[in-house]
Amino acid sequence: MDFQVVVLAGGTSKKLAPLVSKDVPKSLLPVANRPVLSYVLELLEQSNLKDLIVVVEGEDTDGLVENWISEAYVDRLHVQVASVPEEVGTAGALRAIAHHLTASDILVVSGDLVCDISPGAVAAAHRRHDAVVTAMLCSVPVSGTQDSASSGGKDKTKKPGKFNIVGLDLTQQFLLYIAAGIDVEKDLRVQKNILRAVGKMEIRADLMDAHLYAFKRSVLQQVLNQKQSFRSLKQDVVPYLVKSQLRSEILFNGGAQVEENGNEKDAFSNNKVMLSQLLANASTPSFHELYALGPNGFAPSERKTHKCCVYIASKNTYCARLNSIQAFSDINRDVIGDASHLSRCSFSVHNNVIHPSAVLGLKTTVGPQCMLGEGSQMGDKCSVKRSVIGRHCRIGSNVKVVNSVIMNHVTIGDGCSIQGSVISSNVQLQERAVLKDCQIGAGFVVTAGSEYKGESLARK
Amino acid sequence: MVAKKGAKAGGASEDAVEDLARVPLQAILLADSFTTKFRPITLECPKVLLPLVNTPMIDYTLAWLESADVEEVFVFCCSHSKQIINYLDKSKWTNQPNFSVTTIESQNCISAGDALRLIYERNVIQGDFILVSGDTVSNMMLTQALQEHKERRKKDNNAVMTMVIKQSKPSQITRQTRLGTDELIMAIDPTTKQLLYYEDKADDSKQTLTLDKSFLSENPSLSLLNDKQDCYIDICSPEVLSLFTDNFDYQHLRRHFVKGLLVDDIMGYKIFTHEIHSSYAARIDNFRSYDSVSKDIIQRWTYPLVPDVQFSINNPTKLERHGIYRASNITQSRSSQVGPFTYIGIDTVIGNNTVISNSVIGDGCKIGSNVAIDGCYIWHNVTIQDGCKLRHAILCDGVVMKPGAVLEPGVVLSYKVIVGQEFVVPSYSKVSLLPQPVKQDSDEELEYADSNTEVIVTTNPLENGDSTNNIGSDIGENGRGVIWSISEVDHEEEWRHSVSPIPDSKLIELTQLVNEDLEVLIQDDQFLPIDVRESDTESDGDVRDESQHFEKEVEATFLRGVNENVKEEHIILEVNSLRLSYNMASENCASALFYSMMKLALDNSRNLGQDLVKCTNDVVSKWGKLLRPYLQGVDDEIEVIMKFEEICLESGKEYAPLFVKVLHFLYDKDIIQEEAILNWANEKEDADESDKVFVKQAEKFIQWLNEASEEED
Repeated sequence: MDFQVVVLAGGTSKKLAPLVSKDVPKSLLPVANRPVLSYVLELLEQSNLKDLIVVVEGEDTDGLVENWISEAYVDRLHVQVASVPEEVGTAGALRAIAHHLTASDILVVSGDLVCDISPGAVAAAHRRHDAVVTAMLCSVPVSGTQDSASSGGKDKTKKPGKFNIVGLDLTQQFLLYIAAGIDVEKDLRVQKNILRAVGKMEIRADLMDAHLYAFKRSVLQQVLNQKQSFRSLKQDVVPYLVKSQLRSEILFNGGAQVEENGNEKDAFSNNKVMLSQLLANASTPSFHELYALGPNGFAPSERKTHKCCVYIASKNTYCARLNSIQAFSDINRDVIGDASHLSRCSFSVHNNVIHPSAVLGLKTTVGPQCMLGEGSQMGDKCSVKRSVIGRHCRIGSNVKVVNSVIMNHVTIGDGCSIQGSVISSNVQLQERAVLKDCQIGAGFVVTAGSEYKGESLARK
Repeated sequence: MVAKKGAKAGGASEDAVEDLARVPLQAILLADSFTTKFRPITLECPKVLLPLVNTPMIDYTLAWLESADVEEVFVFCCSHSKQIINYLDKSKWTNQPNFSVTTIESQNCISAGDALRLIYERNVIQGDFILVSGDTVSNMMLTQALQEHKERRKKDNNAVMTMVIKQSKPSQITRQTRLGTDELIMAIDPTTKQLLYYEDKADDSKQTLTLDKSFLSENPSLSLLNDKQDCYIDICSPEVLSLFTDNFDYQHLRRHFVKGLLVDDIMGYKIFTHEIHSSYAARIDNFRSYDSVSKDIIQRWTYPLVPDVQFSINNPTKLERHGIYRASNITQSRSSQVGPFTYIGIDTVIGNNTVISNSVIGDGCKIGSNVAIDGCYIWHNVTIQDGCKLRHAILCDGVVMKPGAVLEPGVVLSYKVIVGQEFVVPSYSKVSLLPQPVKQDSDEELEYADSNTEVIVTTNPLENGDSTNNIGSDIGENGRGVIWSISEVDHEEEWRHSVSPIPDSKLIELTQLVNEDLEVLIQDDQFLPIDVRESDTESDGDVRDESQHFEKEVEATFLRGVNENVKEEHIILEVNSLRLSYNMASENCASALFYSMMKLALDNSRNLGQDLVKCTNDVVSKWGKLLRPYLQGVDDEIEVIMKFEEICLESGKEYAPLFVKVLHFLYDKDIIQEEAILNWANEKEDADESDKVFVKQAEKFIQWLNEASEEED
C-alpha cells in the first residue's frame, strides 16, 4: 500500500506528570510492561504498514525513542525518528517533517493509541472514497461509559476532552460536522448548506476521535502551507476540511498537484463525463457527487467538492488513548483485563501473567488480571489484585497491591499497602507506607510509615 | 367506503373493551388558514371550498377523517363562515352515521391560536384529538400514530403532541419543497422520536444552525433533518388547548406554539413526531402546493381520494388511459386532443383543434377552437373563446377569455374576470373584480381584513354586474377586472408560490447565488479555527460575557432606581429576577450592585466637581441597604472588597488613593464586617506583589482591626 505513516509520539506531556520525565517520555510509558508506542507500531505492522516516521517532541527524548525502536524493531519496520520543537502542535509537527513525506496518502497516528482496530481498514475506507481525510472514530471505551453512566449527565463537564461531537450522514461514511468535546459547553453550529446537501444528518456525542487520520498528502500539505495559523490537526485542519467540503478550495487552486489529481480534474471539468461515470457505476453516488452536479444534472458553474470520511470501529473493539493519568491506569487495567488480547501475553489458568523468573514468597497470592514482570521478587503473605508489576521489583512481605501499576526496579518494604496508585521506576517505598490513589514520580523515596491519599509525589 | 366503515366499527368495539371511559375520537378542522396566500380568490370564497380536481378541499379532509375512524369533527369557520356552513348543510357530511360534523363559528378570530382558545371555551374536546386544517389531503391511517401517542402519554404526561412528518427533500436551490413550503430543519431524537428543534422560515443570512448543547447531554445522538415536510396533522392532548389559553400570545401553531414549547423547559412539555412512509399527506398552503397536490391526486397517490372514487358528492368520473378523467356528457370535437393527466368535468364543451394537457377543467366550461391549455386549473362555467393560449394558470368560476387572449405562466384569474380580446396577461398577475385591499397585510400574514372583506363581498359585483364601469378595464378591451399591483419585494418572490414551474433562468440565478454564499462562508471560516482555539484556552469566555451582561443589567436597574426614586425593595426584586435569569450567585449581585454604586459616586463627583469621598459617602449611605440581602456571608463581603480592588485598578483609578478611606467607611456602615476584611488580607498574603498593593495600603487599618479584636478577646 502506498501509505506513509506518521506516528506522533509526543514528548513529555505535562498532563502525565509526574509519570513522564526526560528519561521516560510519554511514548515509552509502560502499558502491561512494554512501551505504549509498541502497541501502535505492532498494530501498523499487522496491517503491513512498515514505512514509518516517528515524530518526537523536544530534542532530549528523540534519542531515547530511537534507541528503543532500533533495538526492538530493527529488522521488522523501516522507522525514521524525527524530532520537532515542543509546543508546535500536531499540525506544526507535520509541517516540520513535510520534506519526508512522499507517498500519495499519509496515515497520521497518535503514538499513545492503544487499540485493536486495523489501520488498514481505515486506509481502505480512505481509498475507497477517494477522500481527502478519513478519521477513525470509535465508541467511547467501556470504562468511559461506565463512568458517565454512574454519574449521569454531569460527567460530561468533567471530561470534555473525551467526547467528540460528530455529524455523520445516514450511511455513516461521511463526516459532516466535527467539534471537540470541549465545545459541548457551547452551542453547536452546524452548517446549513451541508445539511441541505445531505438531507439528514445524525449528530452523535458518543464517539471518540481516536486521533488516527488518513490524509491525501497533497491536500494536507496545501492546507498546512496556506493556513500557517493551524496548529492542531484535530482542532484546525480536520474541522477546516470538513467545513469546506462542499466548496473545496483545495483541488483547483495551485497547479502543483495537477499531475496527482489528474483524474479528479477530468471528472470535475466535464460534468457529462462525471454523469456517465455515475450512471455506469451501479452504486449510488454520494451526496458530494450529486451536489457537484447540481440540480437535474446541470451545474451552471463547476462545484468543487471533496470528501471527508469516517471509519467507525465496531462496538466490540478496544480503543483508548493514553493522554491522562486516569487513562494510564485504565489502559493498564484493561490490557491485562478485558482487552487482554492486546498484551500479546499468554495468560495462565489463573488469568494472570507471571514471568517464569519471578519469585513469589510463601502464602503470596497473585490474583487474576495481574502481571508480574521478569525477575521481580515478592516476599511472604503478599496479595496482588488487578495490578501490573514491572521488572526486577523487590517487594517485601505482607504487601498489598490493588488496582495499581508498579513500573520497573521498584523497591517496596514490608507491610506496605498500595491501592489505585501508579509508581514509577526506581521508587523506594519504605516499610508500612500506605498509598491510596497516588502517583509517584521516578526515583522518589516514600519514608517508612507515611500515608498518602490522592497525591502526586515527585523528586524535587 | 362501505368496507371501511365495517372495519371501523370493529376497531371501535375493540377500543371500547380496552378503555372503559372511552371518548369518541375527535378532530378539530380549521376551515380558515389565517393567511392571505390564496388572495384574490379568498376574498370571495373561503379557501376550503376551492375546488381541488373538481371537489372542494374540505371534502378531502372530511373524507379522510371519516375513513381514519374519527367520530366527531368540529369545523371552525371564520372568514366566509356562512358559505362554509351552507355548504356543509347541503353536503352529505352532516347526516352520516358515526360521524358528526359540528361547526363552530367566529367572526373575530385572526389566528389559529384564537380559534383554539375559543374551542377551549366551548369545552367540547374530551380527549386526545386530531388538529388539522381544512386544506389537508391525506390517506394516512391514524391508528398507529394515535396508539404511539397514547402509549407515550401513559408513560409521560408531558407528551402533549405528535406531529406527522413525511419525507420530502427541499430543493437546495430554491430551499422550498415541491409543495412550495419553506425548507424545514428539525432535530429529532432518533430513538424516542422526540422533536428537539424546529426551524421553518430559515434565516438565510445565517449559514449555520445553532443547536443547544443540552440536547446532546441527554441523548448520545440526534438526527438533524432537512428532508422532511411537516404535514400539519397533529395529534394533540387536551392540554394543547389549555396551553393556548394560558399563553394568550400564541397565534401560529408552529411559529409560536411548537417553538414556544421547545424553548420552554420549565413546564417540560414534549412534542413527538410520527413519520409516514407509504401514505400521503399534504397541506395546500399556497398556489404551488395547489398545483402539486392536484397532480398527486390525478396521479392517484392519494387513493382512495381520487376523482373516480365517489368519496363526496362529486360527479361520477371515468378514468381512461394516460390518466385522463372524464365526467359524463362531454362534448368534444374530434380534432381536439386531450393529453395525459387531465380531468374534464361534466357538460364541458371542447372545440376544434384544441390541445389540452396536464390540466383540470371543471363543470360546464366552454372551450373554443384552436385553444392551447397546459397545466391550468379551470374551475366551473369558464368560457374560453377561440385561439386563446393558457399556460400554468388558475381560472375561477365564470371567467371569460375573449378570442386570442393569452395567459402567461402563473396567472390567477378570480371569479368572473373577463380578459379582453388578444390581451396578454403578464406572468404572475392576479386579476380580480375586487379592488386590492389597501391595507397590506402585516408581516404576520394574518388575515386581519377578513371581517372587512365580508363587507366588500356583499357589495360584490357578482350580484350587481353594472359595477363593471367602476372597475378599471386594464385587462384589455371589454375586459373586466383589476390586475392587482404587486409590490417590488413580493414580485421577486412571486415565482416561489405560483402554480407555474420555476423558470430555468431563475434556477440558474439562484444557483449562482448559492455558490456565492458559499464562497463568503469559506472566507469567514478561515478565522473560525482560530476562534476555536482561543475559546479553548479561555473556555470561560462565555461565562465572562454572561457576567458582564449581568453587571450591565444590574447597573442599568440601579441607575433607573436612583433616577426615578424607585423603592429599594423594588430594586432588590428586579435584581433578584436578573440574578435568576442569569443564574448568578448572591456575591455576583453584591459586587455588581457595589460596582454600580461606586460608578454612580464617581460620575457624581466628576459632574458636580465635588469631593469623591463625600460623593461616595452619600451614595453608600443612601443605597448601601441594597447590598444587605446579598451579603449573607463573609465570602460575599470578600467578593465586594475584591470588586473594589478591581474598580480601583481598572475603571475607577480615582479610587485608588482612597481605598482605605472607603473601606473604613464601608466598615463603619456595617456593610463589610471586620472578619471579611481580615480574611481578605489573609487570602492575599500569598498573592503576587502586584496584587498586594491595596493590602499594603490598608495595612494600618487591618492592624487596628486585629488589635481591636484582640482587645475584645
